[in-house]
Amino acid sequence: MSTTHVVSSDRALDDKHGHILRYTFSERVHHWLGSLFYIYCLITGLAFWSPYMYWLAALVGGGPAARFWHPWFGLGFTASMIWMYLMWKRDMQITEADRRWSESMEYYIKNDDEKLPPVGRFNYGQKLFFWLMFFGVLLLLISGIGLWFVEDIPWSLRWLRYLSVFVHVVAALATIGGFIIHVYMGTAMVRGGFTSIIRGEVSRVWAKTHHRLWYEQVTGDRSREK
Amino acid sequence: MSQATLAIRRISGHAGAAPGKDVERDEIVCKLIDTTTCIGCKACEVACLEWNGYTFTDTVFDNSYQTMPSTAWNYWNLIKFNEHEREDGSITLLMRKDQCMHCADPGCLAACPADGAIVQYTNGIVDFQQQNCIGCGYCVSGCPFDIPKFNPTTKKMFKCTLCVDRVAEGLEPACIKSCPTGCLHFGTKEDMKDLAETRAKQLRENYGIKDAGVYDPAGVDGTGVIYVLHDVNNPEAYGGLPKNPHVPWTVRIWKGPAKWIGNLAMLGGILGVTLHYLRYGPKEIDAEKHEGEKP
Repeated sequence: MSTTHVVSSDRALDDKHGHILRYTFSERVHHWLGSLFYIYCLITGLAFWSPYMYWLAALVGGGPAARFWHPWFGLGFTASMIWMYLMWKRDMQITEADRRWSESMEYYIKNDDEKLPPVGRFNYGQKLFFWLMFFGVLLLLISGIGLWFVEDIPWSLRWLRYLSVFVHVVAALATIGGFIIHVYMGTAMVRGGFTSIIRGEVSRVWAKTHHRLWYEQVTGDRSREK
Repeated sequence: MSQATLAIRRISGHAGAAPGKDVERDEIVCKLIDTTTCIGCKACEVACLEWNGYTFTDTVFDNSYQTMPSTAWNYWNLIKFNEHEREDGSITLLMRKDQCMHCADPGCLAACPADGAIVQYTNGIVDFQQQNCIGCGYCVSGCPFDIPKFNPTTKKMFKCTLCVDRVAEGLEPACIKSCPTGCLHFGTKEDMKDLAETRAKQLRENYGIKDAGVYDPAGVDGTGVIYVLHDVNNPEAYGGLPKNPHVPWTVRIWKGPAKWIGNLAMLGGILGVTLHYLRYGPKEIDAEKHEGEKP
């Protein structure tokens, strides 16, 4: 069978190894660029967050260097987030299939995947993580600008200064919660996921098991309907 | 900046108590500014620049005596001139020397993340240690008086030190020394408070200034700089001196409960995924079920 598999309906690519392309080169690059920026901001941000973690700043050249680069890496993360949004916004829309899947999420957590309804390219949890990061970055950007140029906020609008520090840490903590789960699932829990974001490919069985609707879409498989 | 000679009570961004805390005790020092005898001569502004080694920068003319709109990283002491209409319609000029208030409960120190960048000595002086400062500006968010200022060249924060280098040697701050009318006083907090109350009483009883009083705001546990004001009920008229200053509640929550909740949540998240792995393990593809299928 000579097939042409696609990541998403508009991106086609030849399949030479019987594998399916899950992430294009561009998607992988932007994922890892984003992760570089995020992890830098995480390390330096945690250093500013607590005296007990201030030593983390030493890992990236000390406090002043960490303070200098943190907002720039934050802008970098915002840029890669915008890019990811443009790449993935259609794939990340929450569908009827996701709602059915989310009602059975308990089975996913307990690794009883057979009991789950089929989902598309991304499951409900992945979509939630995407939108958490998207809106988290939005808040971090706005409050971050407030922190960066705090002296330029007029004294009469000083509540903006006070709000900025608070929104920034709350939004950061929310993204950290998502980040912990994301890293755990991507590396330890869902086997095959980590290689897919590095080399881009997954096996047919992997695609069929975890993202059945997407698998059917890219391969034209109609066996389930029979 | 003369940490070596003074004991420290509080230290910013520090894991654990300040080293040497409570080993030494000291008199709390205080600057008293009597706005009723200030003539706006700006000698204190000049003395401050001279002692601290700064030169005059460009001033701004805005049809008043005001040197510039606010203090700057290299201009720590500024008289704020405010035209004020009295009840009878006549105009008076309210003049207030603006500088760091040296709060007993400093918001800058509470907000600061850098270990040792802000210290409070046992004598109550709040001082920035630029060698430890990372220039983040959190102190700006924590200050209820809009005092810390950023030097964009060195990327460090600066403010009035209450001439800690002079005080540590038994001298009064430079501004006090220069004041020609004696509206500035320096001594222990107790003595200055007493002197201020005596002066306010004198203004009320002998001069008929019925609202004269002492500004020593309780919201920050009192300050190391106190004012005698003609109208203590309206400090805002003196160039925006806040009526009830306190460390912003967002800073309090951020540095208090949010820190604990956030740290517990992060630890809980790491613990949670670890326990999940131990209980349920990885999602592996069931090889038997898919036997015979193309991999």
